[in-house]
Amino acid sequence: MSGILRYGTYLPYFRLDRQVAGIGRGERAIASYDEDSVSMAVEAGRQALGDSAVDTLVFATTSPPYAEKLNAAAIKAALDLPDQVRSMELGGTSRMGLAALLLGSDLGKAGRTTLVCAGDVVVGGPGGARERDSGDGAVAFVTGSGGEIARVLGSASTTTEVLDVWRLPSDPFARQWEERFGIEVLGPVSIDTATRALSAAGVAPEALSAVILDATNRRDVAGVPRALGLKPEQVSNMMADNVGRTGVAHAGLVLAGVLDTAEPGDKILVLSTADGCDAVVLEVTDDIAKGRPARSVEHWLNSKSTDVAYNSYLKWRGILPFEPPRRPDPDRPAAPIMKRHERWKYAFYGSRCETCGLGHLPPQRVCVKCRSVDKMKQECFADQACRITTFTLDHLAYSLQPPVVSTVVDFDSGGRLACELTDVNPAEVKIGNRLEMTFRRFYTGQGVHNYFWKARPVR
Amino acid sequence: MASNGIKDQVAIVGMGCTPFGEHWDKDASDMLIDAATDAYNSAGVAPEDVDAYWLGTFASGVSGMVFSEALKTPYKPVTRLENMCATGSEAIRNAAYAVASGAYDLVMAVGVEKLKDGGYSGLVVPSPDGDGTESSMTAPAMFSLLAPAYCEKYGVSEGELKDVLSRIAWKNHVAGAKNPKAQFRKEVPLETICNSPRIAGMFGVFDCSGVSDGSAAAILCRAEDAHKYTDKPIYLKACSVAAGPNEGFISEEYDFTTFQEVVVSAQDAYKQAGITNPREQISMAEVHDCFTATELVLMEDMGFSERGEGWRDVMEGRFDGDGAQPINPDGGLKSFGHPIGASGLRMMYEMWLQLRGEAGERQIEDPKLGLTHNLGGQPGRCVSFVSIVGNEIG
Repeated sequence: MSGILRYGTYLPYFRLDRQVAGIGRGERAIASYDEDSVSMAVEAGRQALGDSAVDTLVFATTSPPYAEKLNAAAIKAALDLPDQVRSMELGGTSRMGLAALLLGSDLGKAGRTTLVCAGDVVVGGPGGARERDSGDGAVAFVTGSGGEIARVLGSASTTTEVLDVWRLPSDPFARQWEERFGIEVLGPVSIDTATRALSAAGVAPEALSAVILDATNRRDVAGVPRALGLKPEQVSNMMADNVGRTGVAHAGLVLAGVLDTAEPGDKILVLSTADGCDAVVLEVTDDIAKGRPARSVEHWLNSKSTDVAYNSYLKWRGILPFEPPRRPDPDRPAAPIMKRHERWKYAFYGSRCETCGLGHLPPQRVCVKCRSVDKMKQECFADQACRITTFTLDHLAYSLQPPVVSTVVDFDSGGRLACELTDVNPAEVKIGNRLEMTFRRFYTGQGVHNYFWKARPVR
Repeated sequence: MASNGIKDQVAIVGMGCTPFGEHWDKDASDMLIDAATDAYNSAGVAPEDVDAYWLGTFASGVSGMVFSEALKTPYKPVTRLENMCATGSEAIRNAAYAVASGAYDLVMAVGVEKLKDGGYSGLVVPSPDGDGTESSMTAPAMFSLLAPAYCEKYGVSEGELKDVLSRIAWKNHVAGAKNPKAQFRKEVPLETICNSPRIAGMFGVFDCSGVSDGSAAAILCRAEDAHKYTDKPIYLKACSVAAGPNEGFISEEYDFTTFQEVVVSAQDAYKQAGITNPREQISMAEVHDCFTATELVLMEDMGFSERGEGWRDVMEGRFDGDGAQPINPDGGLKSFGHPIGASGLRMMYEMWLQLRGEAGERQIEDPKLGLTHNLGGQPGRCVSFVSIVGNEIG
């Protein structure tokens, strides 16, 4: 048997109030200006990994930061996974998140332990249904064989050639054919795939404690409950009101929410419909509590701010041109330096003097206190707690969300860093505030994405 | 090993300084020609009399040819140097040490910066290639860290400190209003300063020095030759530089209420000059008031005020033009802006005028010793320069 060993999720702090944007009711999750599918996948991956030793990394997204260049490599580096990891990227359709989970489970049967990450920043044309109904977020699973918290009992797939949702590489927004046509084609596909998955698993519909129905158009899967004879309480809430559909991450994100409160023996059907359908039936095991992350989906749902204007959101996504500050554009980082400093930049390793114990960020060869040379050991600060020692609000610095909150933070373990705060209300910043580190995309300069770490308030 | 200094071994015998401001009509080379020509004339020498040059410019060109091509100096040694905001002062120090060594008899220290052609707000620091992890704080943000730290350490309220900072800006604008070479030659009401739009932290626009173009130059020789060129030379008593190891952003002990680099360079300069009580012995000083809070902290770091007492001295007018120890009698960076390579020499130019009794309506009564100070970098990681000059040997 194989299946899920651990999992983790991530939802960005900001939510767009659909009424403020004039696009309906409720909220959708929006990645901040300094986040993308990779950075969010890293955050979900940090939640999922624990002390797992993985040998395979699968990243699914329909919003890859680089069209060419292994995005998974940045995830590998940020999560400090070994260089020997095998990496794969899946994309092209929002079904690839669940497909990645199935792939990870199948790889488990071959003896591999896989980190499956799925993250998406879903951008729709302003005022349209895709903007309204989508969300941004990420999910991660460690899959393998032995010690599963949820086993795959059976699965089924369908591949359908249909013009339903599509986007050219040069297009900013996806297009969608008339919805009624998609329902006509993908409705029966969804019912058939779900039925075959249950049959493969040997599970009757009435035995399911949760049914997760994810689709590019929710009406594609609306016929599934009736066809399977499900009761309404068996069908999971798809977080349409408060998150929106988070692309490739969504089926997994809702599954994670179910796993957060699942009991051993629970059976779950997960279905994702887009250009066909994947369906999987899982059974929760006695080990479920061991694989849960520190932060539940509920935690992320409650950790939020709607204090963002619609025009800010449009600027963040590059949809709305705006007056730039009278400051130079940020420089692109240089490839050889990023390579030399990979563990600092991506995995956030500083150094600690073995002679006097002083922490150094970035890592140094010479201790600033005792001046010992090359007596440093490397130390990862990514998960270490820290606090604000002093700060300032910088109204002059280039930012898509001014003012920049610049801080000097001290780590509880010893070590100091000048760093930017993110996901923060400037009015609430105080000396002594508790912070944690978060992996972000600072900016894109001359076609190069610049990833590094910022701090955010502990919530 | 020692920092022995060259007290009274070197004299400044001529100086020139352009007006500082937005020189839309001038290249850096134009300003160099103006400042150097003034300096030659001031010392009564011809360009060919000068044996060697030290050119300070932060980013307005590379190599000594920035100067030699502007002035057409005939194959003379010209060294271009840079030490961030202390660049102009470093030109003086290196030129002084060269004549003191005997390698040359007559040298020029010259600085220039052309900042207004970039089209940006504030200072833009050209940086080497990086890995993208460097802090992107602007200069006002870096220095604004001083304010809350000072409040916290000395129990001064934010409102009280804002008044202190505004008074520093006010004082420097009062001085600048009397200076024909200043960029801003108007007094600014305290209320305007206090209510100016916030730039970073507690700093409003008026807490920040301006951005300007300018150039200044000095001609130096050994002290024994000084009277060949002028009846009123000024003598270098001390030159000191400290470059920090970045303790401030590594060690948690640093609290953003001091510049250790300034403390060290000031102490070294006092030792070289034989000064034991700077608060009483230094007649006046030109200090690096890039931001108002910088000037406040400098007063304490240089021993002009006791720790935690600088703000009271400011409010009591001790550092005013007519106070017991005038600070920035020419108007400071606040009134001149900060064309980086030129600022240190502009400071020395005010000492030159004051110590020779040529400062006009800004003239301080009978000054004996003056101090110039530059700071490059930010609180916690910077370079600091201190010089002491006087109008008498001994």
